[in-house]
Order: sequence, then C-alpha cells, then structure tokens
Amino acid sequence: MTVGTSLRCRECGREYAIAPIYTCEWCFGPLEATYDYDAIGAVVSRESIAAGPASIWRYGPLLPVARPPAGALDAGWTPLIRADRLGAELGLGDLWIKDDTRNPTNSFKDRVVAVALGKALDFGFKTAACASTGNLANAVAAAAARTGLQSYVFVPADLEAGKILTTAVYGGNVVAIDGTYDDVNRLCAELAAEYPWAFVNVNVRPFYAEGSKTLAYETAEQLGWEAPDHVVVPVASGSLLTKIDKGFRELHRVGLLDREPTVRVSGAQAAGCSPVATAFANGVDDVHPVRPQTIAKSLAIGNPADGYYALDVVRRTGGACAAVTDAEIVDGIRLLARTEGVFGETAAGVTIASLRRLAAEGVVRRDERVVAYVTGHGLKTLDAIEPHVSVSATIPASLDAFRAAFPGVGEED
Amino acid sequence: MANVRIPTQLRSLTGDRAEVEVAGATVGEVLGALDTAHPGFGERLFDDQGALRRFVNVFVDDEDLRFLEGLATPLTDRSVVSIVPAVAGG
Repeated sequence: MTVGTSLRCRECGREYAIAPIYTCEWCFGPLEATYDYDAIGAVVSRESIAAGPASIWRYGPLLPVARPPAGALDAGWTPLIRADRLGAELGLGDLWIKDDTRNPTNSFKDRVVAVALGKALDFGFKTAACASTGNLANAVAAAAARTGLQSYVFVPADLEAGKILTTAVYGGNVVAIDGTYDDVNRLCAELAAEYPWAFVNVNVRPFYAEGSKTLAYETAEQLGWEAPDHVVVPVASGSLLTKIDKGFRELHRVGLLDREPTVRVSGAQAAGCSPVATAFANGVDDVHPVRPQTIAKSLAIGNPADGYYALDVVRRTGGACAAVTDAEIVDGIRLLARTEGVFGETAAGVTIASLRRLAAEGVVRRDERVVAYVTGHGLKTLDAIEPHVSVSATIPASLDAFRAAFPGVGEED
Repeated sequence: MANVRIPTQLRSLTGDRAEVEVAGATVGEVLGALDTAHPGFGERLFDDQGALRRFVNVFVDDEDLRFLEGLATPLTDRSVVSIVPAVAGG
C-alpha cells in the first residue's frame, strides 16, 4: 500500500519525516503530506477503486493512512444528486448537489476525522481532541467512542445547543470556552504542546486535512470519471476548498482522469465572517482577520488558517468568492429544501445563497456542469430556521375544520 | 519592556526558556531586541521585506496584533507578547 511519504512546508519547502507535527520549525508555515504519485498511479485504477468499500477508504492509496481505524464508522461515498429544480430556479443547466449530510454524524467532518484518527492510532495516541465549531465536535466524539479513544472537544460557549447535545451524548469531554472559535483554536494550539493528545486539527492536521480530498474523488467518480466545470465550496478555515482543488488535480496526476481538469473553484462565506471573500473582492493578498458575527457558526472562523491558499485557488482557477447575509443564508436553506428535498445546515445555506448570487452575476454559468457542496445537516442548526418556518394551520381533528382551513384544495387533482 | 512568550518551535533560541523579558516601547522594538538578545529570531519571524511572516501570529495581552496597531503597537511594562503559530483549526 502506498502511504504519504513525508511532510513538506507549504511556505518554504522544508521536509520533515512523518510525525504528529503541523508547522514548519523554520517559518511556521503549514506542513502538508507528500506522496509518490508514480507509485500510486501504478497501484490504483478505476476498477480497483470500484471494487473497494463504499466509503472514503476506496481511495486508500491516495490518503496518508491506508486503512480505517478498527471499528470506524463508514465515512463518505455520499450521494451526488442532480438538482434540476434548483438549477431551474437559479438559471443553471447542469447543477448537482454533493449531499454530505449523509455521513455518520451528518457532516463532511466524518471524512477528515476518519483519516486523522487512523493516523492518531498509528502514532499510538490514546486521546482524541479538537477545536470545533460544532460539526467536528460531533465527528470526533462519535469516532472516539467507536474506536475506544478518550476525547476532549473544545467549542465556543455560544455554539448552537443542538451541536453541544449531539457531541455530549457520546460521553466524551466537551469543554465550552468563553470566546470565539479563534480563541478556542489558540488555546488548543497551546494545549497540543502540553498534552500527549491527538488534536485532529492541530498536531494531526496535515493528515486530517487530506480527508477532504475524497469529496473531489467521489464527485469525479460519480460523474463517470469526469471533473465538473465549476464547484462551489463553503469556506471556514479554507482547508476544504483547497483540498477539493487538490483532489481533482491528483486524480489526473495518477491517471484516473483522462483530461487535465480545469475546475473553477468558487468559495462561499457569510457576510458576517468573510475574510477570504473580502480579500478577493478587494484584490489584495492579505487575508485580514475579522470578529465573526453570523448565524453560520460552523463557518465562523475569523482567522482562517488556509485563507491564503483558498484565495490562491479561487484566483488561479478563475472562480470567485461570495459573501451572503444571514437573511440570504436562511433563504438558501429553504430554497434547497423546497426544490431538492435536502435539508442543509447554515453552512449549506451559505453555499446555496452564494451559488445563487454567483449565478445571478454570471460568474457561475448556465452552460457549466456545477457541483455545490452541502456539508452538514439542517437538524444540527434548527435555531436558524425556527423563526421562519412553522405549521401551515392548527385545527381540530375534523373534516370541516380542514375544509375551512384549506378551501378549494384537492379539487384540481 | 515586555514579557515575550516563546513557542516550542523557537525555544532552541532561548535556551529552552518559555518566556523572556526584553526592552522596547513597541512590539517592533521588542521583537528587534529579542533578536539582539537571542540571535536568530529575526530571520525566523520576519521575511526578506522585513514584514512578519504570514504564518507567525503575534498577540499582545491576548489580542491579535492585526486588530491593534501592528508592529507599532505600544507596550507597557506589564504587557505580555505571545508568538503563536497561525496554522491550526477548521
């Protein structure tokens, strides 16, 4: 089996042996897993992948851990669904939704956690930890329970109640921090230096982040081994967007895609936390941190670790980055649910609202094959839509009451 | 004057000390004095143009320098300057 060969600094190129480290000792740049793509190309084929499990592990040779941790829940291989009704509303001719709500804990974070914990167990860690805006907390707590690890998850104290409950139920430690996600993150960076734990998105982050590539792999495979023309991806730290771009390019590098992909990559942010979209709009390279103020709490990272790289990808591929208001986010959630029967969380609202904005501006074009990534389930963020949707009528249990409440309905059928 | 908290990656420059005290009225002066007292900090923290490397975050009393006045941010004798790797999370 071919497994990532080393870690390399994305800033200065210094190489490091595989270890639970995440920053370059020289320049503090982020470390990224490297691969021997020729060796991977020699062992993978469309057939070998098709014969693999219905999970991210069908792409094991392209990941820095070849096999799942024992007992792990199957992450990935989620549906890619045609979205003709939503496409018609937005004026798009070939729109698809990657429905990643259909993971064990209902977000894409199960992918990255599976890879992170596989590596953590290789390293001999007994405790999993993370800084989270909610979805990652769910995924770490559940995967730790499945694999017999202790867990400590750190979240901002103002997180949605639903995300706290759906983490705490797994029995690990949930620590609420008075502060923003960026404060939680900084604390976890300090804790990771002091405690012998696998912080999935700190000291194990170079491996963890690679799990997001599987969203590109699956998309291409599900489209019959073709890359789409344009993808729209929510941006929090920026890691997901950069890894989706990397995933498509890797597929060509190892011979799984015939043509070199030219996927335009567009980002989606909430206006209340849009450091990457702001840098894009202003045409500057500096991603200036912000203090988040948005209902899209899963995307509320004011100081995005991969913001620079996400901006680079968007610009290199000819994409764009939108920033949408909280009202647009709620409309986006409802639009996706109403047209496609998919209930996404606030991040999905950001993605759909951004897609709508970019389609209206002509950035996302009618003639493009477009994939929008819906990365978390709406049941996680009920608070966001609670003021906006309700029952159609409350009536006594009688035919007359129903007829009075809905005069004339049914006659046209 | 300020106390500067040193991340593990840079403690080889301070004889393994996690916190050192250096003089300076601003963050820029303190980081300059840090390089004088412990040679090597300058090239690790700053790029060729003299700007802080983009994955080096500096906090003054828990506030990100980029929300303050950057390297010109004034310090008091009780200020704590923390150097923190930016890469984590998400």
